[in-house]
Amino acid sequence: MNPRMMMATTVRVLAQLRQDPRSIALILVVPAALLAFFYYLFDNETLRPGAPRTFDRVGLIMLAIFPFIVMFLITSITMLRERTSGTLERLLTTPIHKADLLFGYAIAFSIAATLQALVSTAVAYWAFGLSVAGSPWLVILVAVLTSVLGVALGLLASAFAHTEFQAVQFMPVVVIPQLLLCGLFVARDSMNGVLQAISNLLPLSYSVEALQQIAENMDPTSTMWGDVLIVAAFVVCGLILASLTLRRRTA
Amino acid sequence: MPSAGAHRAGRIVSATALSVQNLHVVRGKKPVLQDVSATVPTGAVVGLLGPSGSGKTTLLRACVGVQRISSGSITVLGLPAGTASLRETVGYVTQAASVYKDLTVEENVRYFAAIHGRSRIEATTAISDVGLSKLAKRTAQSLSGGQFSRVSLACALVTAPRLLMLDEPTVGLDPVLRADLWAQFAQLSTNGTTLVVSSHVMEEASHCDSLLLLRAGRLLAALTPGQLRERGQSEDLELAFLHLIQSTDVEFTDSAQDGAA
Ligand SMILES: Nc1ncnc2c1ncn2[C@@H]1O[C@H](COP(=O)(O)OP(=O)(O)OP(=O)(O)O)[C@@H](O)[C@H]1O
Ligand SMILES: [Mg+2]
Repeated sequence: MNPRMMMATTVRVLAQLRQDPRSIALILVVPAALLAFFYYLFDNETLRPGAPRTFDRVGLIMLAIFPFIVMFLITSITMLRERTSGTLERLLTTPIHKADLLFGYAIAFSIAATLQALVSTAVAYWAFGLSVAGSPWLVILVAVLTSVLGVALGLLASAFAHTEFQAVQFMPVVVIPQLLLCGLFVARDSMNGVLQAISNLLPLSYSVEALQQIAENMDPTSTMWGDVLIVAAFVVCGLILASLTLRRRTA
Repeated sequence: MPSAGAHRAGRIVSATALSVQNLHVVRGKKPVLQDVSATVPTGAVVGLLGPSGSGKTTLLRACVGVQRISSGSITVLGLPAGTASLRETVGYVTQAASVYKDLTVEENVRYFAAIHGRSRIEATTAISDVGLSKLAKRTAQSLSGGQFSRVSLACALVTAPRLLMLDEPTVGLDPVLRADLWAQFAQLSTNGTTLVVSSHVMEEASHCDSLLLLRAGRLLAALTPGQLRERGQSEDLELAFLHLIQSTDVEFTDSAQDGAA
């Protein structure tokens, strides 16, 4: 690893992002807008006294899931452009280490993801009165971590891909099973054994569990910290695996 | 051993920058390079010429270590092709200009400069070397085709490589710019850089010290422009090449040795 090359890559990716207002909108505005959608979807629900609003339960989780999908998409597409423009092949003939390239990417997108989490969490709290037991800063922490997870998985998927088309094909394979099994639609402990076992292997499940812990507890629980560590480990392993997978020599 | 280069006769060449031995490459089940052997002396400007699809790009890719090869060996600056340290000293300009369209000329060149530990001043110099100083703040996508490909070249020049592999760098350039570039290549080689330049424009062969002629994945001949005129019985290099192709199913293995060395 070489910090100079990694930072140069981060600066370059951020400069590219700055040139692209649509991606900026996708990162900053779209998750917040989807959250607003989600809020009005349940605007008219009738609640038993004392029951939490759907928005407080599920909207909270959406704070992590929308950015996860958006960042996975943006990352895959950016890597795809790197491939089609021939710059990836060119970079692989320079001294840059594959890890410098991928971690440089990850840092740039993590900065974007942090801004994204700040915007959408602020919207959830101030515009829609999100009410959860735990601290908003923990919500932001998990939201950022989950979007960084999206970045790492996006980079991993594009490293596996040999063509541009394959890179996009990974999207449904990587993202949708995680959505279905993360405990959003069906609580994980009421899934059948096989699905639960798969769910236990998928990182998004731990993000969702962490958010549920924050929703229910005033103070951070050890389960929540454990979940956070697991997601962070997935991020690091994903990036390392991606840099091992990216091939310099191709047929 | 004196180089037989037309315009730089008398140069003393001491070492081999690039040596390819019995290279075979298969791409998508199809043999693309068959038994290619060639050597490139240090400081030479070598033209890699051949029709479209003859394997020029594949050979260059193999030399910079991004092409999977079936058999054979390639030695670059004394090391096997693909050795990590070679990425510091070997420059590669791909056939399709490979730069970031959404960045400015300057941002592009500075990025590749930073990777190689070169300064911003060196980036500015590289930009002016390709005649783009006035356009340094423009995004690459707002440039013309020829300007765009020169950004790609600047990104390689800024790294000051000892061996520079250029895949059709002059395509789409007007005659004046082309002459400028060839003058620049000559200058680089005077300073000790070895250049391998692919082209399918035969007239450009006259700028080279020696030529590697590829045809359908085989090395047809390795010779100097002068020898090509002689063998092909024409002063026009294009015609000479055509004559050579027609008269060849005979291997030129003996001249392959003395031509490039
Ligand atoms: N990715 C690939 N997969 C399979 N075959 C390929 C691939 N790239 C090139 N080829 C084949 O390899 C042969 C040589 O291609 P190459 O690109 O090296 O030719 P070239 O001499 O550079 O041609 P041009 O002057 O058109 O650039 C061609 O027949 C081509 O069809
Ligand atoms: Mg080619």
